[in-house]
Amino acid sequence: MSLSLENLTCNCDHGSTDAEKYAMIAQVIDAYKDKEGSLIQVLHAAQEIYGYLPLELQKFIALRMNKPLSEVNGVVSFYSFFSTKERGKHTIHVCMGTACYVRGAQKLVEALEEKLGVSVGEVTPDKKFTLDVARCIGACGLAPAVMVDNDVHRQVQPHGLDAMLKQY
Amino acid sequence: MSMINLTINGIPCQTPKGTTILQAARGNGIHVPSLCHLKDVHKYGTCRICVVEQVGAKNLQASCMVEAQEGMEIYTHSERVRKARKTLYQLMISDHNKNCLSCLRNQDCELQALGRELAVQDDPYAGDEPYHGLVDVSESITRDTTKCILCRRCVTVCNEIQTVSVLNAQNRGFDTKIAPVTGMKLGDTNCSFCGQCVAVCPTGALSSTVHEDRVWKALESHKHVIVQTAPAVRVAIGECFGLEPGTIQTGRMVAALRQMGFYRVFDTNWAADLTIMEEGTEFLQRFASVLDGGEATLPMITSCSPGWVKFCENHFPEQLDHLSTCKSPHTMMGAVIKHYYAKKLGLKPEDMFVVSVMPCTAKKTEIARAEMMNDGLPNVDAVLTTRELGDMIRAHGINFLNLPEEEFDNPLGQSTGAADIFGTTGGVMEAALRTVYEIITGRELPFPNLHVSPIVGLEEIKEATIKLENVKPEWSNAEGFEVKIAVTSGLRGARKLMEQVEAGTSPYHFIEVMGCPGGCITGGGQPRTFHINETRKARMEAIYREDEGKPLRKSHENPDIKAFYEDCAGEPGGHWSHEYLHTHYTKRGLFNEMTDEHFVVEKD
Amino acid sequence: MAKINDKYDLSKIKYNYRSEMGRYEHHIYFCAGAGCISCGCADVAKTIQECLGEYNLNSKVKMIETGCIGLCSLGPVMLVMPERTFYVGLSPKNVGKVIKSHFVDGKIAENYCYQDLKTKEYIPCIDDIPFYKDQVRIALQGCGTTEFDKIEAYIATGGYATLHKAITEMTPQQVIDEVKESVLRGRGGGGFPTGVKWQAGHDAVADQKYIVCNADEGDPGAFMDRSIIEGTPHKLIEGIILGGYAIGATKGYVYIRAEYPIAVNRLSKAIDQARAMGLLDEPLFGSDFQFSLEIRIGAGAFVCGEETSLMESIEGHRGEPRQKPPLPFQAGLFGKPTIINNVETFANIPYIIKHGAGGYTRFGRVGAHGTKVFALAGDIVNAGIIEVPIGMPMRNIIENIGGGLIGGKEFKAAQVGGPSGGCITAADIDVPMDYSELIAKGAMMGSGGLIAMSTDTCMVDTARFFMDFVQDESCGKCVACRIGTKRMLEILQRITKGEGKKDDIDRLLELGAVVKDTAMCGLGQTAPNPILSTIRYFRDEYEAHILDHRCPAGRCQALTVFEIDPQACIGCTRCKKHCPTLAITGELKHAHDIDPLLCIGCGACYGSCPVDAIHPTKREEN
Repeated sequence: MSLSLENLTCNCDHGSTDAEKYAMIAQVIDAYKDKEGSLIQVLHAAQEIYGYLPLELQKFIALRMNKPLSEVNGVVSFYSFFSTKERGKHTIHVCMGTACYVRGAQKLVEALEEKLGVSVGEVTPDKKFTLDVARCIGACGLAPAVMVDNDVHRQVQPHGLDAMLKQY
Repeated sequence: MSMINLTINGIPCQTPKGTTILQAARGNGIHVPSLCHLKDVHKYGTCRICVVEQVGAKNLQASCMVEAQEGMEIYTHSERVRKARKTLYQLMISDHNKNCLSCLRNQDCELQALGRELAVQDDPYAGDEPYHGLVDVSESITRDTTKCILCRRCVTVCNEIQTVSVLNAQNRGFDTKIAPVTGMKLGDTNCSFCGQCVAVCPTGALSSTVHEDRVWKALESHKHVIVQTAPAVRVAIGECFGLEPGTIQTGRMVAALRQMGFYRVFDTNWAADLTIMEEGTEFLQRFASVLDGGEATLPMITSCSPGWVKFCENHFPEQLDHLSTCKSPHTMMGAVIKHYYAKKLGLKPEDMFVVSVMPCTAKKTEIARAEMMNDGLPNVDAVLTTRELGDMIRAHGINFLNLPEEEFDNPLGQSTGAADIFGTTGGVMEAALRTVYEIITGRELPFPNLHVSPIVGLEEIKEATIKLENVKPEWSNAEGFEVKIAVTSGLRGARKLMEQVEAGTSPYHFIEVMGCPGGCITGGGQPRTFHINETRKARMEAIYREDEGKPLRKSHENPDIKAFYEDCAGEPGGHWSHEYLHTHYTKRGLFNEMTDEHFVVEKD
Repeated sequence: MAKINDKYDLSKIKYNYRSEMGRYEHHIYFCAGAGCISCGCADVAKTIQECLGEYNLNSKVKMIETGCIGLCSLGPVMLVMPERTFYVGLSPKNVGKVIKSHFVDGKIAENYCYQDLKTKEYIPCIDDIPFYKDQVRIALQGCGTTEFDKIEAYIATGGYATLHKAITEMTPQQVIDEVKESVLRGRGGGGFPTGVKWQAGHDAVADQKYIVCNADEGDPGAFMDRSIIEGTPHKLIEGIILGGYAIGATKGYVYIRAEYPIAVNRLSKAIDQARAMGLLDEPLFGSDFQFSLEIRIGAGAFVCGEETSLMESIEGHRGEPRQKPPLPFQAGLFGKPTIINNVETFANIPYIIKHGAGGYTRFGRVGAHGTKVFALAGDIVNAGIIEVPIGMPMRNIIENIGGGLIGGKEFKAAQVGGPSGGCITAADIDVPMDYSELIAKGAMMGSGGLIAMSTDTCMVDTARFFMDFVQDESCGKCVACRIGTKRMLEILQRITKGEGKKDDIDRLLELGAVVKDTAMCGLGQTAPNPILSTIRYFRDEYEAHILDHRCPAGRCQALTVFEIDPQACIGCTRCKKHCPTLAITGELKHAHDIDPLLCIGCGACYGSCPVDAIHPTKREEN
């Protein structure tokens, strides 16, 4: 059996319960049982299945793999690929560089917070968006700029936010 | 041993094959400064202070890590090396909390001493500090990450030596910190509070949560403040005043405590003898029951070491029935002082304030446990470590080395040699055997000088088999029985033995576990040392000397203990004992998921 | 799938695949490298398929998805065979026209071919394009001309025949001797002779040895290894098995970064195919030797490209390095002797074994034979992946293959070797691209990142960029790197803000020397290189920032304002529209003006001016 990430991809939209997700993760751990040093691979799979790696899930993994929680957390916090916070399907970065700031980036942040019902750093209840701010993204000529995943949206105005969000 | 030749600073040197450059230098009397490295404990190469110049090598070599090779040409203090060391030191202090004057480790700090040695006079790189300026206080241990230099000695001790694995490096790069899991406080974790991390911390990042203020305050109050001292303290307290490890300072210690104003100075050793009576009786009951084909949980495991007890509760919560129900000696003593001795004085238990001087940090958490209360009062009110006692003696202006030798107070001050050896690994077991064997056979334990030689020493796990022959009539069904015992110190050994117990394959009937390697002599509250193995050995030898110097060597011969049973408790394992001297344990689980009890101290 | 037991099985597969392909008059090699995928090549491929159906070309033309063809800046691209016509800049809109013109009308759609920016001529045949002309493809051989997802396609190009030859006709020592004689040096950064390393692995005695492929390519802008894995995953597998055979390792790992999902996917498929055909996990070609290969995916830590950190990571730990010695061949993965090579190194092995050391040493120069793959990036016209003989002068790469700098700008320097490397200045542009020559100039071959920079680039800011990267990726284990990189970054940050102190250059040199000298691993030991090299060649720029509070290149925002040359300004108002701070005033067709107090130095106007009338200048302090 080959354990590539692809085989383990769970489409979270079909609404597996936590218990089902944990069961899937348990299967992954058991499948890796005979492979040496598989913690990182298990964490990849667990994040793929659960979306992120909250403390409770780290405890579950630690227990089932018979590893100290501090070691699991040490690994999770070392690698930038792992997230202990829930992330939305898309990440919105409002550029807060000088150019964007003077062109009203703060207003965009406020408008987005209101529209999405979350504060910066949070994920929307439907798990669709994570709202974040960014240092200068180098698009000063397009200010104010908003990045959604890898797309740069130029000269965004508060009234244009709906149209922007609709694309996702 | 095959030797290799190298030159260091132009001097021809020899060193055994397989040693590091640092060992080679020091072995040849050449000093090389180092910081993160700790002999016999930790070799990790993070601080780079011990770098040396090796002719022909591109970079400087971390001498604590790199093996010496035949023909190497090393310079330990060339200009390049000195510059590098100084810059590294400046980097280290650039994000360090520099409130040294109000730090517990002021003038007892390895980082500070290194700065002095390198004659560093400026701090040119001061800049951003990592965000983790957090002070985390638990009942036993206080973490201040602003003083952490990430040497990771504590990580090695916690993970490899103790296998508690609660401290680890978290995050990456400049944001790295040594911590339990992100956002968790030590008091919420499976920390055993053994304090071995505190004992190796070079700075003020890890310290015991001090009770000095509690004690000063009590001494000024109307209460009768009674102090007791553990067996391992007397062989180490001298080190706080510059004496060699293993110098016995019982008399001066008592004199100092009396000068400090304690109402009575009692000896925890008395309670150690009491423990043998209780624990020995408990073992005999369990043993007899098994011989009769009844149900009793064996192996029985000692419970004197609260770090070990908590480890068991966190890691092996389903095996708690194996633990002896005896409280640890100092809490027994606390219970006796408050619920027997107070009455003798015509005082109420709440008029008493009991201070324990212990080689231990876990005992600070122990006294906060709900189980260590009787009639709504804690058995013990404050625990001072040996180091704290040293600080307090100094703060009191007492010239320790000039003190006369004094005796413990009575009636809770007299003890036998069996109690002394509680301070070292193998001691509790030997003390128990001295009594139990005599009860079953009517004869003295058949070992020269009463020392059960297979369980004496510093190996991780020791075992012995004691064959019972020519037993007393009432123990006839034990005739020919081979009692298998094991002794371990350090939680890694405990884990190994407990895995057998958990799997049902443990061959033993009686096990002694001490939470710290070597037992209480190198507990987390003892004076720090750069020579752990040598110090441990010296303290252990002192403990055995103390035992051998006593006229009485067996707990059941202690006349004050006999008097106590006649006067108060009736018989070992009796009703009074169960009320005040025995306890029960709490299933905690790896993540404390089985309990609501936590040991975080909220700072106001 | 039938197992491969001998060379006849290989020939059979080769023959079958070739005759299957031979049924078509034309083949379209359609680039499905990661670069083209991110340019939207999937939609183009779909449109091509539709067009082929629409024009009834399905029996005549066969489209094959291949790995990276190389000219990433012009993607999506396709190569039509056998005529070798190369189409660039394809989109779902234009590709229909190209298909119709080329296959229906029989006319090359010239407008969609490569255009030489200097001569303005279109060059239809790939072999005539300067970008390809001087290249020699060994590691990249087959990349862009083979179906990456079919083992049969690889076998049809002679793949795995070399492995067969080695296992059935050569001893492990003979394989090592061949590699030694080829003087192949590690392509991942260190440049250590591969044959010597393998000999040490071979001579190590242990019950288990490992061979590891380092595919944790992390330098900013470098993607050589990704191209190889995505384009010819089987060549990598063959190279690794050969290495395993040579040193006596029965187990191999490929450590690949999680940021390369496409490469991970293609490689795992390839491993499954090789396994299904009996090339993995079974005795090979009737010999006693059997080999297994496992992928381990990284998790976003640059330091794991350092070999000891990589081993820690494979073992499931934090990617913190180990002190060397012991070297991996003494005590490596799980404490066992381990040989680690990077992707490109392994990709050269089948060629060396097939053609013999003599076939390989035809390329390159004494002491460093063969070829090197570079990722061309920065202000260069033809950005992409190239492979050239070692020792080729850098000028040739920049001017001919790379097509010069964008907008005809003047070449200032090239950063060679990524964040561990250094810069090569215009004065040294003729330096031969060779390990020792680059080190003499304060740079290094590294893994092959080559970032060309024009005179618009601020070298202090460039050093800051790399230090920012390395500092962020420092593992934090040793003091030198954890705090040293942080402090160097802080100093650079204040210099680029105009807050530099007089002795900052000395501080940087001092810190740089100590970090280099004392850091535990290669990442830390090379981290100061970009700083030391830019100070060496561009000290005057540092001084301008510190003493004059001036950024000569006009890139450091805090030190720069822009001004308009009223003589040159045509009054088009474009700059005015782009200015985020309303600092520009002026009427249509009249010269505009910038208020220096409002200007934040962002450069938006500078980029928008059609006539080059805007220039950066020093920001005067208030």
